[in-house]
Order: sequence, then C-alpha cells, then structure tokens
Amino acid sequence: MELKRTIKFEADRDPEFARWISHTVGGERIRHCLQCGLCSGKCPLSLYMDYTPRRLMHLSREGFKEEVLGSSSIWLCTACYACMVNCPKSINVTHLLYALKQRAIEEKRYPRGFAIPVMARQFSDMVRGSGRITESWLIVKVFLRTSIWRLMGMSGLGLKLLRTGRMPLMRDRIERRADVQKLLDSVAATRKELAI
Amino acid sequence: MKYAYYPGCSLRGTGRAYEESLLAVFRALDVEIEEIEDWNCCGATTYMSVDELTSYALAGRNLALAEQKHSEIIAPCAACYLVLNKTQHYIRDYPDIRTVVNRALDTIGLKYCDKVRVRHPLDVLLNDVKPETIAAKVKVPLNGLKIAPYYGCQIVRPYSTFDDQGNPTSMERLLEACGAKSVHYPLKTTCCGGSQKGTLPEVGLDLIHYLLSEAQRNGAEVITTVCPLCQFNLESFQKEAGDRHHPTTMPVLYFSQLLALALGAPADTIGLQRGFVPIKPVFANKEIAYA
Amino acid sequence: MPETSGFSGPEAVRVGFYVCHCGTNIAGTVDVKALAEYAGRLPRVAVSRDYKYMCSDPGQALIEQDIADHKLNRVVVASCSPLLHEATFRRALGRAGLNPFLLQMVNIREHVSWVHLDKKAATEKAQDLVRAAVQRVALHKPLQKRRVDINPSVLVVGGGIAGIHAALTLADAGKQVYLVEREPTIGGHMAMFDKTFPTLDCAACILTPKMTAVGSHPNIKLWTYSEVVKVDGYVGNYKVQVKHKPRYVIDELCIGCQECITACVYKEGKTPDEFNLGLSKRKPVYLPFPQAVPQKVVIDRETCIEFKSGKCKKTCIEACGDRLAIDFKQKETFDEIEIGAIILATGFKTFDPERSPNCGYGRYQNVYTSLEVERLINASGPTAGEVILRDGKKPESVGIIHCIGSRDANTNRWCSKVCCMYSLKLAHLIKEHTGAHVYNFYIDMRTPGKGYEEFYDRLLDEGVHFVRGRVADVSDWAVHPSEVGKLVIRAEDTLAGFVRRIPVDMVVLSVGLEPQADAQDVRRLFNISCAAEGWFLERHPKLAPVSTFTEGVFIAGACQGPKDIPESVAQAGAAAAEALALIDAKSVELEPYTASILEEECSGCKSCIPLCPYQAIAFVDEKKKAYINEVLCKGCGTCVAGCPSGSIKQNFFEDEEIFEEIEGVLTYA
Repeated sequence: MELKRTIKFEADRDPEFARWISHTVGGERIRHCLQCGLCSGKCPLSLYMDYTPRRLMHLSREGFKEEVLGSSSIWLCTACYACMVNCPKSINVTHLLYALKQRAIEEKRYPRGFAIPVMARQFSDMVRGSGRITESWLIVKVFLRTSIWRLMGMSGLGLKLLRTGRMPLMRDRIERRADVQKLLDSVAATRKELAI
Repeated sequence: MKYAYYPGCSLRGTGRAYEESLLAVFRALDVEIEEIEDWNCCGATTYMSVDELTSYALAGRNLALAEQKHSEIIAPCAACYLVLNKTQHYIRDYPDIRTVVNRALDTIGLKYCDKVRVRHPLDVLLNDVKPETIAAKVKVPLNGLKIAPYYGCQIVRPYSTFDDQGNPTSMERLLEACGAKSVHYPLKTTCCGGSQKGTLPEVGLDLIHYLLSEAQRNGAEVITTVCPLCQFNLESFQKEAGDRHHPTTMPVLYFSQLLALALGAPADTIGLQRGFVPIKPVFANKEIAYA
Repeated sequence: MPETSGFSGPEAVRVGFYVCHCGTNIAGTVDVKALAEYAGRLPRVAVSRDYKYMCSDPGQALIEQDIADHKLNRVVVASCSPLLHEATFRRALGRAGLNPFLLQMVNIREHVSWVHLDKKAATEKAQDLVRAAVQRVALHKPLQKRRVDINPSVLVVGGGIAGIHAALTLADAGKQVYLVEREPTIGGHMAMFDKTFPTLDCAACILTPKMTAVGSHPNIKLWTYSEVVKVDGYVGNYKVQVKHKPRYVIDELCIGCQECITACVYKEGKTPDEFNLGLSKRKPVYLPFPQAVPQKVVIDRETCIEFKSGKCKKTCIEACGDRLAIDFKQKETFDEIEIGAIILATGFKTFDPERSPNCGYGRYQNVYTSLEVERLINASGPTAGEVILRDGKKPESVGIIHCIGSRDANTNRWCSKVCCMYSLKLAHLIKEHTGAHVYNFYIDMRTPGKGYEEFYDRLLDEGVHFVRGRVADVSDWAVHPSEVGKLVIRAEDTLAGFVRRIPVDMVVLSVGLEPQADAQDVRRLFNISCAAEGWFLERHPKLAPVSTFTEGVFIAGACQGPKDIPESVAQAGAAAAEALALIDAKSVELEPYTASILEEECSGCKSCIPLCPYQAIAFVDEKKKAYINEVLCKGCGTCVAGCPSGSIKQNFFEDEEIFEEIEGVLTYA
C-alpha cells in the first residue's frame, strides 16, 4: 500500500502561472467558474482524462502549474468546443486548453516521442516551408519520428488511399512561399514589440 | 454573385471526393465560385496548438486574398471554416491580435478590412439556393434512403450562425429535399476525435465505435458528413472498431455526394469510387439509379 | 401651514446658505469651510454656515433659527441628493413659516465628493454649483401642493396566492376590492401543485379556503376570465376599464353542477387541457379544476362545434334544463371602475425547456418539466396521482435535473430560488409514489428559508442519490447494456471527480421561473418599469420591495422576482398595508411641478397635445387654446420644451430660473 502526502501549501502554488492564465486571451472570466462540471459532462474525452476540464480550470486559476501542465487532459482535448458553447458562465474553456497546450509544448512537458507535439512540429514546419499540407508526407514524417511499427501497420490503409486517388504523392506548394516566411518574421517582431 | 472558394489542403488529398462532388453540385445549381489564388493552409487545429498568433496571420492571408475580389468565401472543410471564422472574430475582439495580423499582412502587400463573410456550403445551399430549388432539380430521387446526418463539431460550434448549435438540421433539410430520410441520431454533433486516432489510438477508436454503432442501431443505411477528417475516421477503421463489439459496415459519404447524385451529376464527378465501404449495394437495394 | 413669502423682487432676497459635511462623506473631498466662506461672499447671501449633519434635528433647527433671526426668505442647502432630504429641508422651511419651495438643493455628494478624487478640483466644482443655486433660488416663487382625495377602492390584478392574500387583507379592512384574473378561475400556479415545501402541506387544502373566502367576501368583486384594458388617472384617482371575456355561460345562473360537460356531444376530450399542461384532454365546455372559484363552467369558442359550424345538437343546453345558464350569444362586456390604488400580482411563467436542447425535452417523450410532474403526482391530475411514463408503466428510476433555464448565460442568468426546494420535494413525492431510484443532479443546494435546510436533512435520510454536477446531456444513446431503452443522463460527479452516465426511465427538469410573456405590455399599461431581466421594478430593492416608482401602484409576489409562497404572501400583505396607508390618509398631496399654458401666447397649434405621455393636455375649442389639467400633469417637461412659441411654463423650472442656473455655473468666480 503506497501512501502519498497530498496536502498543498501556499508555497506549492505558482502565482505567475495563475496570473498568466487569467490574462491570456480567453482567460478573462476564469474566476467566474463555479465548478458546475458541465464542461466535463459535455466533453467526449473527459472520461480518459486524469484531471477533467472543470478541475483544470480551478487548478489553473489557483496556480497549481505542475498538476496542470503534467496532465493528460491537455493532450486529449480535440478542441470540439462542446464545453465552451454550453458553459453557463461563458468561460472560454477551449481556448484555455489551447493556451495550456501551447505552454506545455513550449516548456517541453511531454514524454519523448509523444506523437502530438511531434505532429504539431511537423505540421507547422510543413506549412512554413510549403504553405500547404500534403497529408501523406505529414503522416510519414510523424510516424517515422514516433513509431515506425505503427507506420508499417498503416500500410494497408495507405495503399487503399493510393488506390482511390486520395493520396497525392507530389508535394503541394504555394507559389509565393517567401510570403509565408515574411508573415512569420513579422509576427515574431510585433510579438516582441508588444510583449505578448 | 461569385463566391470565393477556399478548398483547404484536405480536399486535395483524403477529401478529394468532397471537392469533386461539391463542385458538381455547384455546377448543377449555377453557384458561381472562384478559387482563391495561391491560398495557403489555414493551420487547422494543429497550428493553433503550437502558435496561435501566427495561425491568425496565416489564416488572415487567405481572408485578405479573398477580400480583393469577393465579399463571401465558401469554406467546405470544417476545420478551415472554423479557423477562418475564429480568425475574424479574434481580430475584431482583440486589438493586439489585430495589430499583429495587420502588420504581418502589410509586409506582404495585403490588407484585411473585415469585409468578407465566411460561409459553409450547407449555409449557401440552404439559404441562398434553398431546398425548394434543389427539390425541383432532382433527377435521381433518393427513395427514402436512411441517412444518419453527422455534423461533427467544427461547423456547429462555436461559430455557426446558420443552424442550431444544439440540434442542427440543415443537412437533413437539404437531403430530405432530395428524397432521403434522416434517422434519429443523438450523436450528430459529438466529436469523432479528430486526429486522436492517429496520436492516441485507443481513445480515437472508442469515439469512432460509438458513432458507427449508434448510427447502425437507429437504422441508418449511410452516414453523411461535412468534414474530411470525420469521413476518413468513420470509414477507415470500421473493422477495428467493430471487432470490439459488433461488426459494422456502414458507408460514409459526404452530403455533397448524395446531392450530386440526386441532381444527376455525371458519375465521374461524384467520387463514389473513392470510398472504402461500398455504397452501391445500398443504392441498389433502394433502387436509386446511380449511373 | 403658516407662511410668509416676504419677497417683492430680487432686491429683497435674503439667502441662507448651508453646506453639510455629511461626516467625511463630503468633507473628506470638498473643503466645506472654504465653500461656506465662498458662499458667504456671494450677492444676496445673508448667512452662510457649514455643519456636520444638516439633516439632523440640530441641523434643521439651525435653518429654522436663522430664518427667524436673519429674516431669510430663501434657503440653499449643499449636501446629498435631493432624493434623500429635499423633503426634510422643505419641512424645516415650512415649520419656520417659509413656503417650502423657496429652497434649492445642491448635490455635492453624489455629483462631487463621491465621484472625484482631486480635492481642489472638487471644491471648485462645488463652488460653481453653489453659485448657480444661489442665483437660481432668487427667482423661486412660492408654490402650493395640491391635495386630492383618494378613492378608497383597490384593484388587484392577478388571482394567484399573492393576489388572493392582498385582496382578502384589504377586504377585511373594509375596503372595496376588485380582483381581476384572466383565467376562468383564481388559484394561479399554487392550485397546480400537489404538496408545498417544507411542510408537505397539500397545496389545494391550504389554498382553497382562501379561494372560497375570496369568492364569498362581501367586499371583493371577483372578475375572472377578465383583463384590464385601459388605465387612466393618477394616484388615488384611477379610472380603469376591465374587459370580461365571454364564458358563454351566465354567471348568476350557473351552479357548477357540470351536467353540461357530461352531456357534451364530445364523448371524450380532444383539446389539450391547459391546467394539466397538455397531459390530458378536455372538452370544449369545461371546468379548469374541481375546486375552481368561481364554480362556473367555461365554453371555449375555438373548439366548440356550435361556434365552428352552428349545427351542434347543443346537448349542453338540454342538460342544463330550466337553469338556462348557457348563452351562446354572449358578447364580451366592459366595466369602468374608479379606484385609488392598484396592486399587480401577475405572477410568473416557467422556463420553456425547448430552449435548452441538451435536456431532451420534446425529443424524448419521457422528459417532463417539474410542473408537469406536479400534475401527475396530484390526485386530481391527468393520471389520478399515478406517476407513470407515457406508455403507462411505472418508472424504476427517475433523474431530477436542477437549474434548467437558470444560472446560465445561454438562457437566464439568475437563480430561480425555489427550484432546489421543489426538486427535493419532488424527489420525496416521486419516491413515495413509485419507490423508484431517484437521482438529483444539482450544482448548489439552495435551502435558505425557515425549515428548508431541515427539509434537505430529511431527504438525505430517504436514500435519494445526490450528484453534484450540471447535467451535460440527456439522450437515448446507450453505451452499456444497462442503458438500452433508457434515457441516459451524463454529468460529471464533481464531488467524486469523474464523469458518470446514469440511465433512468424518466427525467424531470427543474425549470426556472421567468417573467410572464406579456410583462412588458402589462407594465406599460400600468405605467411602471421592468428591470433589465423583465421582472417588475420595485422602488428600492432593500427598503421598498412592494412599491413602484408610480405612486399608487404596488407589486407583490413572483412578478417582482422569483420567490416561494411564504414570500409571496408576505409581499402581498405588505402591498396591501401600503395601499391601506395610502387610502387611510384620505387624501394625497401632488407635487406642484406642473406645467401651465400662457393663454395669451398660445397660438393653438396643438403641437403639445400628442407629446403628453399622461394625456393631460386638452384643446379648448371655444378659445382655440390648449389647456393642461394640472391634476394629471406629472411635470415631465416635454410639452414645455416642445411648444414652438414657448408659451408653456412649468412651476419650479421656469425659463428664467434655468437660465440663471446656467449662467451661475458658467461664470468664472
């Protein structure tokens, strides 16, 4: 029988994290959450989560950063918005989940070879490089970096897609690729200037 | 009026049948469209997870390009529809985001003036063309084909203005105008898991299983979808999802494919051959005259 | 009141100026000593003082003493909002022998010290306002309040428990009461309930004695199936027109034997019964419920064959025999009454759950509203007290969902106050009637009244499952074999920390309370306001919950906001008491801020007449001039501003007075 002390002291809170979540775009109303649980009830993924969306709201606004960024919830969220549109206090739950996901990726809070951040990285690299996504290439790149076995297991599906003309092998690119880079550079610069 | 047309990356790949059939529907109904020149990826949910600010700028480029010549964009892919709408809303509501996007567009010689409206094909067909017009042009009635209308999440939440968020009915209304019959489907707006089938397979499979079995339990003969990822998820893993409990063989089509068929579009524009679950036996059973 | 005006032109004006510290409320921001000193230097100011609390007895005594000692004939008091103490200081002037309207108040609290932080700027602003007031007050003229008699009758609109209680209280006090109710019977929502919380008293048993008391009280004229259509007049002197809808039954002759209903050509009812919320059907001729007051049947012309085709056998008339109480030719009639006070007790309506698609109402047949279940439970309801599903089977499990249409930004933001308690009551009654497993899904358990928490304690003993979590979905989607054929409620059990799916046979929605659908029309008719959410607006949320901003019109019960029966009765009593206070004063004083036409200057253009919201202006044909009825005029000033030739003047707001005030503010000191 493993015993673990779970009491939390004020020193365990991270006030910067609490402040950040209240000020991030979409977090304006987080203090209004009355923990009714409707978000968790609506969420099709909440049954797999270690901390339900409702618990994440409270943990975040109280500053319990470790629990929040280490949770499985932020990776399970598919951004289906079911929580947000039904929230009786108009809290932007989906957006907060996005913010937490971004922060977790930034701070590298995920196990090695975890598919979701790898997918996110490959996706954004491809957009930056070509301006468009070529699905076949994206899947290959992701699974090469995470699980080659699974990639092999998907070969049957791949062949089906190829056969039905749904898997173009040619990379799709836009003409003005330099534009994309310019956009990115500008965003980075403005972001720095406005400190957002 | 000519609409700007924003296909999005998926419609050239897994969602090819969606584009083919949708363009056929537009041709049959004289809906004029023009593809946005040199459009870029909208970023979908994935880019949004990495760097939101940049994804608004990327989506913003498409809005600005469309605005140059058109006042309305048709975005068939559910993720693109959501991202474009979200970008518009956030640019309006948050001055900082507006500044970032405007400056970024400025560096590539573009300007976004919030003058373009983003619309879904269901919206255009329902409100601009109207079911009565479609009904009058039906050449191949759907003979009471039982459909489970699956909307998924992104066209319904949070920005849908053309249908009820809790209980949308636009797909039913359009397909019933062509003679189909919709079954009770309580999961019509429940998320299919999106890319979770790839990244967290057990979770993704569960969600897919429920969607399929519920459609079957309510007597559907085909599931109709609006999103390339939903369509792919629902038709590609039926054996895996079925093995766990009961076998399921359920054709999954885009709503535009049924519409195109009903409007008498040529067989090679409907994309029926691109699906993984054969639909022709179902049509034969219902005596629907597919070409 | 003895009074000397003592003025004969501006030179003789002697102003007394008083600035109040109001503790530190004003003195903390405005330099009141400097202000008093400044005012003392203004022309015509004979006396200038500052004092800690002007509204206190010594403060008022100061003014009265000065009026005598310094022969003051005008007073300016710089203090809080006139809403609070203008009357106080006017009375002080009156006691000292001055006309009360020779006073001008300056608001340097709400308009200065409470809204500014910069002391220097605040003091300067106060000086500007004081200067303006001193200049203005010189032109004040003595005015007389007008006294009008009060008609001692009262109109009560709405025959629910609040209206009934108010009517009985007033009638017992010897006043003539007109109780107007638009349904064919009084009783309101309370008549639909089975038991009431927390005592579990039978609702009908405690209500019907009051209903019959109303029906037989010599001082109450009970007009059911009637509506108010026109309201004219002012406090103490209202003229109200009431429309009586035709029952097609002669009130005086019908004895309520109900033979006509039995004999009706319809063998069974085909129209959804309104009292049973559509759960049963009624015939075109019906009695709303067995204990209806008055016990008179009603014929519904929309569904009666005689009205549709004119070819009915009219077995009803035959059954009525020589009582001859049925009259198909009856027309709507009108009555005009004169009354002194009005009490609105028009009640509430329940939230329509079709607005919340998540809860499945209308989509799944075994989803009921709480009110519908009340009717099922009630022994005189559509199922004779059996709580059964649509197919007649008894439910083995029931889910009661709290907060439907309440505490929700997507529907209604407010808490409807009574639903937690009635949900507990229903849990108890359903368990009693069916022995089913009962689940209550709540967010907070709100049990604030007397005996309410104890009632919750009682429920906790009875084995009801309490799940704290706002319900996300009700659907027939089955995941587990035990869910097939059931309605599955999905919610996060927040106290346990995980999501649960609970299959039930029957779902009961605890719907919230809303203002009546026609609340806006009613409030316009009676010239009162509604709050932002649509409830009737009380004069003050804490200190004046039953009066409104319109003198003589009171509100009571759920029309003012969601509340339970004890509170509705308390408010009804309070409204009756305030109406009595008004009536027993025998007369009421009207403010003299009325407008009048300067006949010589009126060109007869009639522009003013349609402008008056109180229809106080008439056109005198013989003189070809307009005429304002002083008694109806409320002094809103619209006609004064609208008159193209400027020939309407208003007491206390004459052009010269206003111009002086403007000049005073704009002049640099």
